[in-house]
Amino acid sequence: MTVTSAGMPATGAAPSANGAAPAMPVSFQRRVIRTGLLGAVIALYLCMVGIVPIFNARPLVQGVISLGQAALILSLFATGFVATRRVAESSGRLIADGAIAGGLSGVALSALVLLGSVVDVRAFLPNASPVLYGILTFNLGTIGFWIPMAAGAVLGGLAGAIGLASPRMRRSLFVGLISLFALGLFAGLIRTPMLQLPVAELARLLFASDGLTLIGAVVVLVASVGLHHVQRTRRLDLQFAALPPSRRRRIQVPLIALAAVMILVLPQGLGSFFAQVIAIVALYVMMGLGLNITLGLAGLLDLGFVAFFAVGAYTVGLLTSTAEFGIAQWPFWAAVPVAVIVAMVFGAFLGLPILSIRGDYLAIATMGFGEIIRILAGSDLLKPILGGPRGIINIPKPIEVPPDSFLAGPNQIYYIALIGAALIAFVAWRLRGSRLGRAWIAIREDEDVAEAIGINLIQTKILAYMLGAAFAGLGGAVFAALVGSIFASSIQLMVSINVASLIIVGGMGSIPGVIVGAIFLIGLPELFREFSEYRFLFYGIALIAMMQLRPEGLLPSKIVRREFQHGGGDEPPESSASPLAL
Amino acid sequence: MKASLIERLTEGAIVAFLWLLRVAVVLVVVVGSALTIMSGRYSLEVYVGLVVSGLTLGSIYALIALGYTMVYGILRMINFAHGEIFMAGAFAGYFVVTASDKLGFLNQGAVSAMITIVVAILVAVAVATPVALLVEKIAYRPLRNAPRLVPLISAIGASFVLQYTFRGLFGPGIYSYPTVDFLDRTLPISGIIVRYVDVIVVISAFVMMTGLYLFVMRTKLGTAIRAVSEDKDTAALMGIDVNRAIVTTFGLGAAMAGAAGVLYALLFRQVFFMTGFVPGIKAFTAAVLGGIGNIPGAMLGGLFLGQVESIGPTLFLDGFNVPSPNQLKDVIAFTMLVLVLVFRPSGILGERIARSRA
Repeated sequence: MTVTSAGMPATGAAPSANGAAPAMPVSFQRRVIRTGLLGAVIALYLCMVGIVPIFNARPLVQGVISLGQAALILSLFATGFVATRRVAESSGRLIADGAIAGGLSGVALSALVLLGSVVDVRAFLPNASPVLYGILTFNLGTIGFWIPMAAGAVLGGLAGAIGLASPRMRRSLFVGLISLFALGLFAGLIRTPMLQLPVAELARLLFASDGLTLIGAVVVLVASVGLHHVQRTRRLDLQFAALPPSRRRRIQVPLIALAAVMILVLPQGLGSFFAQVIAIVALYVMMGLGLNITLGLAGLLDLGFVAFFAVGAYTVGLLTSTAEFGIAQWPFWAAVPVAVIVAMVFGAFLGLPILSIRGDYLAIATMGFGEIIRILAGSDLLKPILGGPRGIINIPKPIEVPPDSFLAGPNQIYYIALIGAALIAFVAWRLRGSRLGRAWIAIREDEDVAEAIGINLIQTKILAYMLGAAFAGLGGAVFAALVGSIFASSIQLMVSINVASLIIVGGMGSIPGVIVGAIFLIGLPELFREFSEYRFLFYGIALIAMMQLRPEGLLPSKIVRREFQHGGGDEPPESSASPLAL
Repeated sequence: MKASLIERLTEGAIVAFLWLLRVAVVLVVVVGSALTIMSGRYSLEVYVGLVVSGLTLGSIYALIALGYTMVYGILRMINFAHGEIFMAGAFAGYFVVTASDKLGFLNQGAVSAMITIVVAILVAVAVATPVALLVEKIAYRPLRNAPRLVPLISAIGASFVLQYTFRGLFGPGIYSYPTVDFLDRTLPISGIIVRYVDVIVVISAFVMMTGLYLFVMRTKLGTAIRAVSEDKDTAALMGIDVNRAIVTTFGLGAAMAGAAGVLYALLFRQVFFMTGFVPGIKAFTAAVLGGIGNIPGAMLGGLFLGQVESIGPTLFLDGFNVPSPNQLKDVIAFTMLVLVLVFRPSGILGERIARSRA
């Protein structure tokens, strides 16, 4: 790693990028206006990209507010909040500043409405439609053009007024609103299983089919603020930490057991859609744990993971399919070991030539492999064997059960993926402390030093590729069974990027991190399939934000966390030796 | 430490494997070409046509590759979102060309078409550059001191954001560029078919590349860029504004990519939100081929890749009777990428990026 430009005169200008930098000799008024303009850009972006009009279809609180409106309100409110943040001012001034900033953002929206009534640009910008203008003006049409402006000013002023409240009240309020937002988003997910239980009436009272009911919203708000208050006054977490270890375990063990039971019965009664979603999450957890060996432990960024996924999927497809391209009609369970072994062989062969490549070059080389395999799978060259774009169909389910059994449909895939994930997690956990695992970590830290202390790079790296490939192959095999077919179009670079990203978001080298990463990056977007157009937009924003706020991941392993806290980890002497780098 | 017998055996096996790989690739190329040529299926005109289209495509790749190579040279990061900057340029150009078409100006002759194209390129540059600078400011600048994988992931994120912002703004459909009659006319040379669009693409690409090269080699800011990519800390000590050099690099790369976007769209006549993805990866391949961090290398790599992609499927694969060899042109490109990374990671022209830096 090279020493970069920390603290150099040039980077001194960077804080000016940040409108809210307190030390800048910018008058408050100018800062307010600048924040307001930035807010205007964001609000316009939300409208024109289509987030407001399309998310308007999904209610957050039934009959009161939709997700699209919430996004707009949030942006106006945040504008006022940022504009008045960190300023010690009189109360009137704070509210006025917030109102100006929020109002400025609103003016942009009003201008949009007025402009929209004059010219129709829908041919190019499909979202600049009457639907959007209707949302902005509460369906008043052009006459209501003042509404966004007024709403912006009111919301901004409110945000400024929040600055007056004590930090404690502010915290409680935020906790309440965040809970409201989260529960409103996942109302369907919570409601479906509740309907099957004796609490069905409660579920109907609190949750609508999408979003909360009005009563539910009030209950959630009160409950979350109350809970937050209890936590603040009683400090339950500190109390818990102060308990003697034996008592602590007495509380922990039942909780863990409860969590385990929850995981086991999770797909039951969720309905086929949610069951499918969690099956996919489990599948990605499994693959993530596989890549975690290659990337998290050995530090080899493999963006061609989908190649091995494809090998596994096609092997299972060829061996089990009862349709045109099937060659053996084996049962699933006999085909899986073969798929894993074939993927491993591929891993070894693709790993061999790229042994000496490192860093981001490796990422590109492996991505090249992934693309080669993907194109070959869909090409006319291999069409007689793999079916080209038509793919291999009629891949049987692993376990044939009657449709009403608890193992029906995606549920059995969930359990299979869960077992696979547990197995891989176990292997990864045992490997990490072993000689091989420590060798991988040594390679990740510094290849040259690792070689110098006698680690056989070739063997160690090839093993990392092979194991990663084996688990990707297993993932592909399960995927083929989940979908029941395998097409060239299922083999996409996106799979590789998804798996790599979920490890990085979750925390490199950490097993719980992979699970959290899969839930956030795979599970959440799947739940918002109806907005699938925007899935990758949020995904991208999440990746960028994550890299700046918490580059070590949500739940990093100890070593990685330490590295990030000390900046680079492997070169502390260098950075402390040169005062410039500080 | 003395290597054990097994270790020496595995090392021998790997060397043998790598040699096998080389021999196999050379065999495919040589035998395939010989078989294709001997089969006499294609006339000389066909080959010349392929070379021409390879030159056109290659000069576009070269333009995009410049952005990759310069940013990599200065920051040692792969600007994964560069393909999206290219796409932004193609979109901007689309609106100019369409407006000109709607006004009835576009097809009034060679001059009006040329004016439209020049304006489209200028507008594309004016759109692509701020987009790239915004991406740099938001997604890359805060991460300059972070470990290497962090900016790469951020760049992947930026790439998603740009793709889906354009999709959100303009919808998922494919916009087709209006037909420019002038571009489809052929040069009055007997025997071979060269369309005006090829000539224009190649000439404008070369003009821009020459301009960039002169800028980097002759101006003060260009010297600053070279100094910063040589050694950032020393450059800062010499009083060079490192930030300015980096921002200029991003801006120059984006300007080239934006212009390339228009040229690409004139050639293929369509643009949608994923337009940037494949050319982006190809151009990165070109940059690696030429030796990343090396400006003439990127140009050479682009032209080389264009030729291989254009002529490769027909020349290497057709002789083996591979069905629809053109589907496999990307396989050839990526195979070449992997081979270059394996056997000559410094690229055709590059010596500057040593193994330790790669």
